[in-house]
Amino acid sequence: MKLLYFAWVRQRIGLAEEEVTPPASVATVGELVEWLKGRGPGYAAAFANPTAIKAAVNQEFARPDRRLAAGDEVALFPPMTGG
Amino acid sequence: MIRVQAEDFDIGDEIDRLTSGRRHIGGVATFLGLVRDMAKGKPVSAMTLEHFPGMTEKELARIEAEAQARWPLDASLIIHRYGRLEPGDRIVFVATASAHREAAFESCMFLVDYLKTQAPFWKLEEGEAGAGWVEARESDDLARARWETDSGLAKRVGPA
Repeated sequence: MKLLYFAWVRQRIGLAEEEVTPPASVATVGELVEWLKGRGPGYAAAFANPTAIKAAVNQEFARPDRRLAAGDEVALFPPMTGG
Repeated sequence: MIRVQAEDFDIGDEIDRLTSGRRHIGGVATFLGLVRDMAKGKPVSAMTLEHFPGMTEKELARIEAEAQARWPLDASLIIHRYGRLEPGDRIVFVATASAHREAAFESCMFLVDYLKTQAPFWKLEEGEAGAGWVEARESDDLARARWETDSGLAKRVGPA
């Protein structure tokens, strides 16, 4: 599964993107965020408040209960500030 | 039309191109967003816009299609810049053209309200105390929400 990080999520983790293979117990976007928290202090800082995290799966906005498939591209980022 | 670019633009040229050959247009409403030199009472020396290439264009196109569906527009244009910008620089330009002013004004405001919170852009401000990410504002969410009453738009367009 390909993960993309933007803005302060990217800064805290120290990566813009990575390939991961979560365990089978990770079935949704929300469970993925919880699992990522345990990967290190940067991840824990990035995802300390999961309600502040927005997600997109295959470039479509996704809620935490969105189910994941093996080939999905998942982007995780803070609320957007365009304009 | 959607353009996401690092380069600056000339709004006169853009309006000319948008209206050229379209004699049905009676009015063009525009919004030009600029980098301010202050944020929350503190000086800002620069701002860097990060975005999600690919998804940004898709979301802007989706928002533009929604405006085209809701108002009788003859033409529309969204330009959004990314990269490092300084106070006074142009960030975003929205233009909507219609036979009459109501559709142009309303759809222009709709597009600006939507792209503030729905397009995957993030702003990093540089000031005296260093750099910090701009936080999403509740007032921007409320500005967007006022357009959602008519059509169930939130379900089709909105993020989680």
